[in-house]
Order: sequence, then C-alpha cells, then structure tokens
Amino acid sequence: MNLGIDLLGRLTVHALFNGPIVAIGQVTMVLVALAAAAALTYFKRWRWLWKEWLTSLDPKRIGVMYLVVAFAMLLRGISDAAMIRLQQATSVGTSHGFLSSDHFQQVFSAHGSIMIFFVGMGFMFGLINLIVPLQIGARDVAFPFINALSFWLFVAGMLLINTSLMIGDFSAAGWLAYPPLSELKYSPGVGVDYWIWSLQIAGVGSLLSGINFTTTILKMRRAGMTLMKMPMFVWSVLGSMSLVMFAFPILTVTLALLALDRSLGMHFFTADFGGNPMMYVNLIWAWGHPEVYILILPAFGVFSEVVATFSRKRLFGYTSMVWAIWAIVLLSFIVWLHHFFTMGAGADVNAFFGIMTMIIAVPTGVKLFNWLFTMYRGRIKFATPMLWFLGFVVIFTIGGMAGVLLAIPPADFQLHNSLFLVAHFHMMIVGGVLFGYFAGLTYWFPKIFGFTLHEGLGKCAFWCWAGGFVLAFTPLYILGLMGATRRLDHYDASLGWQPLFIVAGVGVAIVIAGIGFQVLQLVVSVIQRKQHLDSTGDPWNGRTLEWATSSPPPAYNFAHLTPVNSRDAFWESKHTKAKKSEEEYEVISLPKNTGIPIYIAAFAFCIGFAFVWHITWLGLVGVVGILGCIIIRSNDEHPEHDLSAARVEKLEKIAKRKYA
Amino acid sequence: MSEVVTTGQNTPQIEMTDKTTLGFWIYLMTDCVLFASLFATYAVLHTNTFGGPSGKELFNLSFVLIETLILLTSSFSCGLTILAVRKRNNALAQTWLSVTFLLGILFLLLELSEFRHLVVEGNSWRRSGFLSAYFTLVGTHGLHITAGLLWLAVLRWNLLKRGLTDITAKRLTMFSLFWHFLDLIWIFIFSIVYLFGVIGV
Repeated sequence: MNLGIDLLGRLTVHALFNGPIVAIGQVTMVLVALAAAAALTYFKRWRWLWKEWLTSLDPKRIGVMYLVVAFAMLLRGISDAAMIRLQQATSVGTSHGFLSSDHFQQVFSAHGSIMIFFVGMGFMFGLINLIVPLQIGARDVAFPFINALSFWLFVAGMLLINTSLMIGDFSAAGWLAYPPLSELKYSPGVGVDYWIWSLQIAGVGSLLSGINFTTTILKMRRAGMTLMKMPMFVWSVLGSMSLVMFAFPILTVTLALLALDRSLGMHFFTADFGGNPMMYVNLIWAWGHPEVYILILPAFGVFSEVVATFSRKRLFGYTSMVWAIWAIVLLSFIVWLHHFFTMGAGADVNAFFGIMTMIIAVPTGVKLFNWLFTMYRGRIKFATPMLWFLGFVVIFTIGGMAGVLLAIPPADFQLHNSLFLVAHFHMMIVGGVLFGYFAGLTYWFPKIFGFTLHEGLGKCAFWCWAGGFVLAFTPLYILGLMGATRRLDHYDASLGWQPLFIVAGVGVAIVIAGIGFQVLQLVVSVIQRKQHLDSTGDPWNGRTLEWATSSPPPAYNFAHLTPVNSRDAFWESKHTKAKKSEEEYEVISLPKNTGIPIYIAAFAFCIGFAFVWHITWLGLVGVVGILGCIIIRSNDEHPEHDLSAARVEKLEKIAKRKYA
Repeated sequence: MSEVVTTGQNTPQIEMTDKTTLGFWIYLMTDCVLFASLFATYAVLHTNTFGGPSGKELFNLSFVLIETLILLTSSFSCGLTILAVRKRNNALAQTWLSVTFLLGILFLLLELSEFRHLVVEGNSWRRSGFLSAYFTLVGTHGLHITAGLLWLAVLRWNLLKRGLTDITAKRLTMFSLFWHFLDLIWIFIFSIVYLFGVIGV
C-alpha cells in the first residue's frame, strides 16, 4: 500500500506547479505573508496582534479586521480584473493573449467569487460591525462570540479560495458554477470543490451574522429608540440581514447538493440519472438575486446618512424610505427568474418575472428622489463621501435603466450572456455597492480611528475610480450590443471589437490608479494624523448617536445609556442645550477575549481542504475539533469580565482631556 | 416563553424578553428555510426515478409509523423534562432527559437500518435523482437529530455535574425548542415523503 496517497488523498506535489503566471501570484502571496511575519517579529507585535486584535470580541475591532481582509481581497480581485481586460484587449486574430483558455476561465471565476463574497460582503459586515451597535446606542452586539465566529469563518473561506492559487487550481465554471459543467464529469479537478467549500464556510459565517445583527437591532436598541426612530443605516441593515436569513440557507443547501453530487455520486444536477441542472440555476438565483440586495441595501443606508449630514438637513421622506426598503426586500425574492429568461419557462412566467423586475425600480427610484430632495435647499458640503454619492447617482441610474431594459424578456433573449449584462451589473455592484461602502468608510473613518482621511487624495481617488469605471464599462455596453458574449478569451480581428476592448483596459488602469490613491490617502493620513485629529468626536456635525461618543469609542461605546426621544437623537441633543446631569458611572461587563472562534474556523478550513483533496482523516479531525471547541465554550461559565465604575470614570476622563 | 430571565445590569431598558430566545427562534426559522429548500428539491425530483423504483415500491409505511411514534414520544418526554425544569426538580429532569435521549437514539437506529436496507437492495442515492433527494432530505433531518443528541448528552452531563443552574435551564429550554422543531419537520417528511409517496402522488 502506498501510505502517501492515503494520507494526502489526491494531493500530490504537482498541485504546486501551474505555470509561470500562477507562479507570479504564488510568489507574491508568499512574499507578502513573509513580509508581514517579518514586520510583526521585528516590531515584536505578535502578542499584541493576538491579544488586542485576533482574539477580540469587540465588534469595532472585528469590523476593522473585516475591512483589512476585504481591502486585501479587493487587490486580488482587481488583479484578476486587470488580467481579464489585458487578455481581451490583446487576444485577437492570430494573437492568443497571455492566458490559456483554462486559466482565463479560472481568472474570471475567481474574480466574481472573490469580489462578491470577500470584498462586497467583507466591506458590508465591516461597516455593520463598526456602526450598527454605535448607532443604536448599544454597548455590544447580541452574541459577541458568534460575531467573532462569523468573521473567522469568513477568513477561513477567504484562505481556502486563495489556497487554490497556491495548491491545485480554481474552478473554471464561472462565479456561480452552473451544472452540468460544474459536475464531476465535466470538471473532474479540484477547482469546483475549492469554490464550493470556500463559499460554504464563508456563507455559514454570513448566516450567523444575519441572525446576530437582526437580534441586535431588535433587542439591543437604546431606551426610547422605537423602530421608527432608528437611523436609516440601521433600517437598511435590518432589511439586508432579513434577506440574509431567508437567502443564505438556500445557498447552503445548493452548495451542499452540488458537493453531494460531486463527492457521493448523487444526481441532483447531473444531466443523467434523473438530475435536473435547471433546478440548480433556480436555487442559486433564489439566493443570488436577494444577495445583490443584501449588498446594496446597507450602501443605500450609508447614502441616507451621508446625504443628510452633508446637506445639513433631515433626511427627506423617512417613512417612505423605510417602506421602500421593505418593498425591495419583498420584491427581491420574486424576481430571480429574470436571470434565465431563456430557460424556456414560457411567456406567462417570463412576463410575470419581467414585470416584477421592472416594479423593483419603483422603490429604488423613491429612494433616489428622497436623497435628491434631501439635498434640495440644503447647505451641501462636497466632501469626499458626498462625491461618492454623486458618482453613485449617475452610474447607478445608468446601470439601473440598463437593468430595466434587460427585464424585458424579448430584449433579454438578445442581450443575455453578453457584455451588455456584464456592464449592467458592474454598474450596480461597483457604482452602487462599492461606492456606497467607500462613502461610508470615508464618512466613518474618523469615528473608527480618531482622525479624518486626507480630503485631496480622497477626491483624486474618487475621480480616478469614477472616470476609469465609466471608461471601462461604457465600451462593454456597446460591445454587448455588437454581439460580444461574456467570458470570451479570444475573438476574430474582423469583428472590429479590439479598439473598444483597449479603451476598457485603459479604464481599468485608471481604476487601479484610483486604488493607488486610496492607499496613498491612507498612508498620508496616518502620517499626518496629528493635523487631521478628530478632537470632538463629531467631525462632520453629525446627526446620529455614533457621533455622541469619543473617536475612537471606548470598548464599551457609551458610559451612560441616556434614553433618546427623537430620530436624529444626537442632533437634537446638540441643539436643545439640555443641561447635562452628572450621572454616576456604573459597572460595565464586556465579553472576555477568546481564541476559540479562530480554532473553530481553522477546523472548518480543515474540513473544506479535506473535501477538496479527499483526505478523510483531516475531515474527521475538523468535525471533532469543531464539536470539541463548541462544548468547551459552552462550559465556560464566565465569558464576561467587569469594568469597575472607577475604571470607566478614569477612561472617560482621559477621553475628555483629549478633547479639551 | 422562557421563565429564566438573566438580569445583567447593562441590558438596556427596552429589552423586555430575552435576546437569546429571540436569536434562537430566528436560527430555527433559517433552519426552516433550509428544510424548505430540501423539500422543494424533493418535490422537483420525486418522479425522476430514471427507471429505478419509486417511493411506492420502496416505502414501508408501518415501519415509518413506528419511527414516527418513537420520535413523537421523545418530544413528549422532552416536554416533561421542561416541566421538571420549571419545578426545579433536577432528578426528574435528568430522568426525562435520559428517556428523550434513548428514544432519539432508537429513532436514529431505525432510520439507519431503513437506509441500510435500501442501499443493500441496490437502491442507494446513486440510483436516481429521486433517491438522491430522498436520502438528502431524510438524512439532513437525521443529522439534525444526531446534533440534537450530542447537545442533549452535554446538557445531561451539565445537569449531573452542576445541577439545575439558570444557564442550564435556559439551554434546556432552547434544546426543547430545537427538538420540537425537528418533530415538526418530521411530520412534514412523514406526510410529504412517505404518505404521498405510498399513495403515489
């Protein structure tokens, strides 16, 4: 018997070698990891990292870690995007570009998966962790341990998807891995398994977050904050998390069924033995369409806060905003079929889903007009977050109208699977989601770190992003109308598409310059942080409770839980000049740090890796390890520690002295 | 719902009922969506036998009825456990919890023997789309039962070692929610998979 094969499943040393281009990625990743490790060792920061950050259950710390991971993944995702653009700009006629077909397919599959799951979701959960507890005036989330677990599962998924670059290869079946292509028969390698398990692990984390934040918002609000007094960002998060609760279990099931097909020889989605591939497409979009709204709703929430603050006005149409969110939540579940009008469901079904899709533009339009009316006669300050908003309005509206066009089934028959569609959804996801999160990051950065970001460089970053983005995707609309399908790795010179592809490539280069400006902005702001210090806790003249505490907030967020009685609670308190009564400080209990979420995520990673490479013992270790961790945690009778009143008073005095 | 209310001094005043209970209910609802998706796949695939046997030929209704009655009885004993918890009667709670555990194990064994029987006869999940969907739906319920039994064992051990503390009482309440939920799912499996299967709908 060959013991090596038994111990490592189908993993061999060949998995490490995948040609020179992958090697560049591998070497880069190893070098970055080594550099980080060396820096931590040199500055003797390992203990600090473990004690202050990795094991922390503080949602503010977890939020920052989400942002770091998401930004790193943005760099990975944009590299993939650049490779796609470069390939399509050069692979014409007799030239075949620098990527093989198979590698090109892996690149676009990785690009989509990473951007949605590890960039979009990462930025979203980062902002939610940072801001939701503060905005509802709470000291923590409902389940701090589960919150950390969600984050570390997200990290485990992220590591697994990046492991595919180091060991073996990634899925070549697109970001949603449609069967029968993604079945064992047509994708016998490890790529689809990597895709399944990295998404499955991260998805479970997202589901736990959904439960956690829904409970937090429903149960942990400051006294006096009724539902209709919640800040709009909190409303949008509640809508988004409701969608998570209903949509993510469907993803869990869908991925599990595909995994069962691949590893146990079941026949859910196979083309023979009574499987039904179209069932997969229905299931994945029953999750996938709500997923888009999961991402966009919090971005809408950010804009609601940004526009009101920088227009110095109350948000226009608060009630209609709330109803618009819930209309979107409901409608997002009855439009999934518009992703595959060409399935052949018949004219009646297509008409229903087409009309529903068009109707969803109505509540979205309500929100857009409410923001514009908020600006109307406001004293608008064109700070960077506001620029991201204005860029969003233009790009999102163009992309949205293209979406309504695609909602017409006969038009969709012509345009589906074309670059027109690619241009449409990038305008929604980048122009909507990403611009929203960038606005939120700039807006809340001083709250998180205690100093504002450099405005000039932020504006440079915005203009590069917006300009480059329009330049990159407008040609794709035209190419789509000319008949260019998505995921092309080569086309004929006589089609005359190359100039447009080159323009699109230039656009991506400008977007990368925008990311460069963002990095520069961060570095310059950190160096000049003394000049940009937020000494008031309220740098933008804000309206909601997060600005009522110091920047950065103490671990317990608020020393006093003073009841609120209006919508813009902090704005109200600033303008009523109520005499502040000297309240007694109280004992505050906070969760203790724990490494268990990290261990559970590590075991989850083992399970994923074991399924990818068919290593039975490793999978068993993972399962037993997770169960053991949960049992140990459940027997910890003292998961919290108390902060004495005197200690709270001292911390508050230090914070006040900083502001004096 | 739960009588055990933890009184942390930092809980905001608006918190009227316990957040853990709400969180657990929400989790159960997400699990409900998970099972709904599996029921939907079963509904789509239940006629896709690919020339293999259908439910009508495979299912032994009286066997499944025994399984069902055992699971329902375990739900009843689980309810008696909670009554004992409310009376703060640790010994009685332990007894009924043990009964629940044994009934749960029995159910699981019967289910496994049913699965084994099917596989031995050559009707495994590899046979057809219908059988894949059947094994996955019923098996997922079985996996939940397994997880529930593990949880139950830990709780039983806690009762023995620490007695009936507030935390254990609260966890037992959560566990009973979970166990009754699985019962409910089984009623749907019994009706939709087995009864409809035997009728041949």
